[in-house]
Amino acid sequence: MNVLKMTDIKKSFGDNEVLKGVSLTVDEGEVVSIIGSSGGGKSTLLRCATLLETVDGGIITYMGDDVTYYNAKGKLCYSKDLKKFKRVFGLVFQNFNLFPHFSVLKNVMDAPVSVLGRDKKEVREECLALLNKMGLGDKAKAYPCELSGGQQQRVSIVRALAMKPDILFFDEPTSALDPELTGEVLKVIKSLAEEKMTMVIVTHEMAFARAVSDRVIFIDNGIIVEEGTPDDIFGNTKNERTRQFLQNYNN
Amino acid sequence: MTLTTMIQKMSEGLGNTCAIFFYTLLFALPLGVVFALLRMSKNIVISKLTQLIVSVLRGTPLMLQLLAVTYGPYYLFGMSISRNKLIPVVIAFSINYAAYFSEIYRGGIESISVGQYEAAAILGYSKAQTFIKIILPQVIRRILPSVTNEIVTLVKDTSIAFTVSYQEMFTIGKQIANSQTSFMPFVVAGVFYYIFNALVGFVMGRAEKAMSYYKQ
Ligand SMILES: Nc1ncnc2c1ncn2[C@@H]1O[C@H](COP(=O)(O)OP(=O)(O)OP(=O)(O)O)[C@@H](O)[C@H]1O
Ligand SMILES: [Mg+2]
Repeated sequence: MNVLKMTDIKKSFGDNEVLKGVSLTVDEGEVVSIIGSSGGGKSTLLRCATLLETVDGGIITYMGDDVTYYNAKGKLCYSKDLKKFKRVFGLVFQNFNLFPHFSVLKNVMDAPVSVLGRDKKEVREECLALLNKMGLGDKAKAYPCELSGGQQQRVSIVRALAMKPDILFFDEPTSALDPELTGEVLKVIKSLAEEKMTMVIVTHEMAFARAVSDRVIFIDNGIIVEEGTPDDIFGNTKNERTRQFLQNYNN
Repeated sequence: MTLTTMIQKMSEGLGNTCAIFFYTLLFALPLGVVFALLRMSKNIVISKLTQLIVSVLRGTPLMLQLLAVTYGPYYLFGMSISRNKLIPVVIAFSINYAAYFSEIYRGGIESISVGQYEAAAILGYSKAQTFIKIILPQVIRRILPSVTNEIVTLVKDTSIAFTVSYQEMFTIGKQIANSQTSFMPFVVAGVFYYIFNALVGFVMGRAEKAMSYYKQ
């Protein structure tokens, strides 16, 4: 089943048409990487998918349920029950956005308890186990400001995972990190891929994208220019724009 | 009059000074939240109107506002002047300080990055939960020093109540100064205010320390 299906998504900011009809499906257990030059609309696409922005046109569907639809008059509408959809996805931000006044454990535990209304003790054990798994077992009591960037990003991944999303989005999860810290975060994402977590990853780490993805999407200027397996895209793309982008990238 | 009787008489007014102080904080701190929320309202009319009210409250002397609240109802509607002067004093002080607090709150709320709201939205927190659990604690931490400044000013401003002859410490001191033609009561008043503010500084310092368990 498609976990996410986006069809002909359009989005403008004023006169600036940022998404010009983007369609994208993500199957269960699939890892999709999105690459593309700056300003191409990658973040905007993720923000539309995660309901941080409203789209101007197009259908978004999660697990077969419509988030947006056209009513009888042909007007685009959002589902009344957006809360339901918010449980389906998680998003990991470039700059983590951890809650600075919460300890690591509270950052991770609070939403499952106070949003999903789950049992505190049970959530606590789960979260401690997750933190342990991510090599953060000894940081549960620390505050975000006491952690390195890489550790903070791993905490924010655990925070997203603690909500047990069906799909996890990443918007350049390593771009705010010092080069020597990107590895630990990429390793965590790789381990999630091995566990068949459904993921959509916007990244500038080409080697990583090639290694971890089932599918790679190249977005430029608000449209999907090319889409294929990592080998299609990185190995021997036939598309001139893709080749140009990757070539600039390697230099 | 000996210095001891002077201090004793003025101390009797300290209760009333504290009454102005605590009642004003009690009402002005939450009223400031209301002003701040109205000011940040998406409704332009409400927002602009609140902005105007706040700017008048901040741009005219508290003494004038106090006189208006105390005697305005008499001149405008022929209502009798309230015998318990604490009521108009607290009303005038609360509204005036709420205006100052509201601007501090607004600055604090606007200084929180959108990322905090977005992270909360993604996790499914409701608007109320986001504000109370995520935003407000961070705002309080940030604005505490500015709020302390206002509270220190409030301690000193309680003396303005002498303009409507409310029997607080400074009013009594001024009466003694007049009847005894002595400067001493003002010295005593100065010492009282200084000690009061030393206490305020101590309490607020503790509060700031208690909240500084994380770096912002
Ligand atoms: N809130 C906004 N208001 C106005 N314009 C916006 C807004 N968000 C994004 N844009 C514009 O949309 C375009 C696409 O931006 P977007 O952030 O999606 O690009 P991107 O592919 O993620 O780029 P990068 O690789 O630099 O992150 C840019 O021209 C940007 O200026
Ligand atoms: Mg981006």
